[in-house]
Amino acid sequence: MVNEQTPTHHQAEADDRALFGFWIYLMTDLLMFSVLFAVYAVLHDNTDGGKTGKELFDLNLALTGTIILLVSSFTCGVGMIAARAGRKNQVLTWFGLTFILGLSFLALEFNEFSILIREGHTIQSNAFLSSFFALVGTHGLHIIAGLLWIAVTLGYIVKRGLNSNMVRKLAMLSLFWHFLDIVWIFIFTIVYLRAFV
Amino acid sequence: MKEFLLGKINMDSLPHEWFTFGGSLAFIGLGLFLVIVITRLKRWNWLWKEWITTVDPKKIGIMYFLVSGFMLVRGGLETLMIWLQQSFSVDKSHGFLTADHFQQIFTAHGNIMVFFVAMGFIFGLINYIVPLQIGARDLASPFLNTLGFWLFAAGAIMVSMFFLLGGQYAATGWLAVAPLSGKEFSPGVGVDYWIWSLQISGIGTTLGAINFVMTILKMRAPGMSLGKMPLFTWGAFCSMIMAVAVFPLLTATLFLMFFDRYLGAHFFTTVGGGDPMMYTNLIWMWGHPEVYILMLPCFGIFSEVVSTFSRKPIASYKSNVLGMIGVSTFALSVWLHHFFTMGAGADVNAFFGVMTMIIAIPTSALVFNWIATMYKGRINFSTPMLWFLGFIAVFSIGGMSGVLLAIPPADFQLHNSLFLVAHFHSMVIGGVLFGVFCGISYWFPKFTGLRLNERIGRYAFWFWTIGFCLSFIPMYILGLMGATRRLDHYDSSTGWRPLFIVMLVGGIVIAVGLALQIVQIIATFIQKNHLRDTTGDPWNARSLEWATASPPPFYNFTTIPEVSSIDAFWEMKHNGIPETKYQDIHIPKNTAAGFYISCFAFLVGFAFVWEIVWLAVVSIIGIIVVFIFRGFNDEPEYILTAREVQDLEEARTKKHLERTKLANDDDTEDMGVIDFIKIVISFAKDIVVNKRWRKW
Amino acid sequence: MMYNAYSISNGKGTFMTKRKSRSNQGRFVPIFLLFLVALGLLIRNLIRGKEMSVLNPMGTIASEQLRLMSVSLGIMLILAVPALTILYFIAWKYRETNEKATYSPGQKHGKLFSVSLWLVPLTFVAILANLMWPSTHKLDPRKQISSNQKPITIQVVAMRWKWLFIYPEQHIVTVNYIQVPIDTPIKFELTADETPMSSFWIPNLGGQLYAMTGHVNQLNLMGTTIGDYIGKSAEINGAGFAGMKFTARVSSQTDFNNWVTGTQKSSNNFTIKDYTDLLVPSEYNKAMTYSTDESDIYSKVTDKYTKSHEHGE
Repeated sequence: MVNEQTPTHHQAEADDRALFGFWIYLMTDLLMFSVLFAVYAVLHDNTDGGKTGKELFDLNLALTGTIILLVSSFTCGVGMIAARAGRKNQVLTWFGLTFILGLSFLALEFNEFSILIREGHTIQSNAFLSSFFALVGTHGLHIIAGLLWIAVTLGYIVKRGLNSNMVRKLAMLSLFWHFLDIVWIFIFTIVYLRAFV
Repeated sequence: MKEFLLGKINMDSLPHEWFTFGGSLAFIGLGLFLVIVITRLKRWNWLWKEWITTVDPKKIGIMYFLVSGFMLVRGGLETLMIWLQQSFSVDKSHGFLTADHFQQIFTAHGNIMVFFVAMGFIFGLINYIVPLQIGARDLASPFLNTLGFWLFAAGAIMVSMFFLLGGQYAATGWLAVAPLSGKEFSPGVGVDYWIWSLQISGIGTTLGAINFVMTILKMRAPGMSLGKMPLFTWGAFCSMIMAVAVFPLLTATLFLMFFDRYLGAHFFTTVGGGDPMMYTNLIWMWGHPEVYILMLPCFGIFSEVVSTFSRKPIASYKSNVLGMIGVSTFALSVWLHHFFTMGAGADVNAFFGVMTMIIAIPTSALVFNWIATMYKGRINFSTPMLWFLGFIAVFSIGGMSGVLLAIPPADFQLHNSLFLVAHFHSMVIGGVLFGVFCGISYWFPKFTGLRLNERIGRYAFWFWTIGFCLSFIPMYILGLMGATRRLDHYDSSTGWRPLFIVMLVGGIVIAVGLALQIVQIIATFIQKNHLRDTTGDPWNARSLEWATASPPPFYNFTTIPEVSSIDAFWEMKHNGIPETKYQDIHIPKNTAAGFYISCFAFLVGFAFVWEIVWLAVVSIIGIIVVFIFRGFNDEPEYILTAREVQDLEEARTKKHLERTKLANDDDTEDMGVIDFIKIVISFAKDIVVNKRWRKW
Repeated sequence: MMYNAYSISNGKGTFMTKRKSRSNQGRFVPIFLLFLVALGLLIRNLIRGKEMSVLNPMGTIASEQLRLMSVSLGIMLILAVPALTILYFIAWKYRETNEKATYSPGQKHGKLFSVSLWLVPLTFVAILANLMWPSTHKLDPRKQISSNQKPITIQVVAMRWKWLFIYPEQHIVTVNYIQVPIDTPIKFELTADETPMSSFWIPNLGGQLYAMTGHVNQLNLMGTTIGDYIGKSAEINGAGFAGMKFTARVSSQTDFNNWVTGTQKSSNNFTIKDYTDLLVPSEYNKAMTYSTDESDIYSKVTDKYTKSHEHGE
């Protein structure tokens, strides 16, 4: 491989591989979610005499969460454009905005869970709620991971500046964030909307 | 306070039965022995720098072999315990094991053999050989690879932890079927150990698989299109793609099981709306492809070996590749055949029966292709070829019994019987293990620069084959006599006992075969001058891994080769080997991140087994912190300059010439078992008579 | 300099032929074949006169299943035996030491070859699948067996670790024992209570089916020869798994009637309390027979679990 001698080319190849690998990782994550979706589809009627989704869910709240997450996907996308253009301050702003939106989504979800649990609807109540908490909770854990990732990356950008490594990391991060958004749309449709149809 | 600190651990968790004492002593003793030896030899630094933090897939491959070899011995001991119990636990006697303990043993046997033996050997071979075969210097992500290995190792330790603490493993069968594995029926920590040893090593497998898919797709030498890839790499590629596709299902399923047991959720429980049948579906959606994940690389090994040892190109490369792709595609859609007996309708059962049978088509095509490859060849019967010839017979019997089991009405009579057990052992021993042995004896000169001792190797092969027949032919018969699997006791009126005893004898014969393999490796190193492979190409082979030194330098190739045909090295040998051009090489730096993360992952598992919340939280934070530091490490590589490469190459050539001289002066022959025993005796005598132990 | 310091010295890979070839490599083969024959004879002797329950069907279903197995195996052997014979013959004929055999490494295999690699096994699988599809429907466990006799229903509850049988029409309850008349279809309704999945299997009469909590699986069998047969749980379900066996007695119609009337008169009456006692796990249970006045034991067992599945089956 003659080209390998030039370091930039070597770096570009490594970036390409890393991004490709991250795509494969996202696929495995998607498969994990698909198990959770399948389990929810099988168990969502098994309430063991308890309340159904229609009685428990607040559609407005879920819709608000959805909109927040969609907007965060948008800000993340704009941030990515800024990153490619090498505009550090804009990157900080837009990803900072994404972070705040993600955090508010998480707060909404935390609120929803705590109300449910306070009213005695826990993961132990019945199979329906087990599968609900597992699916939505796993998504929530991913959001937490994403937020942590955003925070750490922004910290490093402030410290080290916006170099090509950081742009690559931001690219993966934004992929991850869009991915979570897509999973959430499925959750919103299958879990929340379906409960009211 | 105590509960906060130690969770469920109390005095009862300490070893207090003979087998936990024995196991603990063995493990602690072995650990102490290693610590003393390493300290005496002052090798800690070396161990850390050369092995624990290494990112070289070749070294990682060797470590996989070591772990798997050790686990093979352990799993083998369990086999003997199982068959000993079944030979004596008749009528009034209930044998030397309680039912519960017996059930733990076969569960552990299954997990160890599949996860930590077969899987480990396969990953070891892929690690070592695939980068060489595709002409790559390293992997797409060397870090993920170390992480994968150390997670695997952490899982292997977890599966043995119960000796030290808790005293019980899962007593549920290797897949821990629900609801038996739920808290209701298995309240102890056994199933938790099961969950976490599989979870940790399973995540390692997923990461490893992602890495190899990336590597194979992105890092092939120039000119090597997918259609020119060596067949072992093709097998590994299919296998890794399947792993990427199904291991996430295992991860998710294990998490759900964990939620059931730890948080009291109702996924697979009998009450609260849970659905145990869903567990059976999910676990087999992973479990069936898993068998093929093990099998496909072995198909690749056999394809290479047949072609090399017949000194002919593979008859139909296209059919061979298509066959492997076909097997892996269909393998994803047959899982239901593991539970025809759960009561699905005739249409569903028949559909999955047909899907299962279809797998026989690509498999047969592969076998026919190998036959055609041997036709008009020049076949050399070295040990790799012997393993192939043994494999074919056992695999055909296993395959036919497999097709029988794919017929739902027949399956009703054969399922859960010893016939089924004999079937999958035919596949896993005859197919996977023989394949691994074939691969190891084929590539051993690559790993070490030494040819394996042929003479002892051949004995080992025959002991394995004869032992296999003694063990598993009676097992097929027992199944037809109505003997179910996993029996810790039965009545003598059934007439099964003599056959169980034959099986036990077979087990002992196999154990001798395994011992011979260990002897073979030691004997090889004793005769290293005689067995030195001075050519670098001992089998007159065809693919790129033989185009570099044995063992290869850490950068694999001085110059990355250009490929223009399927048998790249063969062509090179006939058209002239291109000149070496020294150039700068990017080398990944060693990293301890994989090791640290795996230590924390082990602690997470341990914490959840014993419900020690603080430890789990601390360890998870530990994992995250290491990940962040690793992720934002911008300099994971250094550059080896052309000058340095040249110096290394020249030094190696010089050393090799010295070794060649030694090898040419050595006129001995491969030693036999008796020679080996004589050497061991004289060695021991030397130590005792000359009081050499005083030096230690 | 070259790639590899050694490959030039060995450009043609002559190493293997240089080595002293040990011509006695084949000597193991006849020994091995002798061993196989000896093993075959040994096993034959060991199983002589023993019950080969799967190969010795005593019921309609078991005989059909055996027939299906034998035919399928026969079809497979038509392919496998020649293939293996050819394989080992070729391996022997083209051995390195056989100077007379042709060696043509450049041999090209045509399209026909590649196609036949696939077509041959495809044909066999098509034949097998053609055989399997209808027989899977014909031998569907829930399909009633046609007969002049009125079928008898037996409700089965898998418990830790014993089998409870309820004859709803005869008002009889038994543990680890059933008696059925010859040539009469038996409809088993399988479920389980506070027990992991168990598998109900009487090898002489026919294949198994799972007994699971919250489900009723139907298994139809029919005995055609008088005798006592062993039934068992084939799926592991806990510590008492090995002892979870029962006797299935196929008797003449008269014997069956006598047994039914005898048991019905028995003072050993099965009540809900007896049932609750049986729920306590116990191993290697003896066979018991009871008369009973309770008519809804079975439905109570199934109702206990269906509540949690709102959507039902």
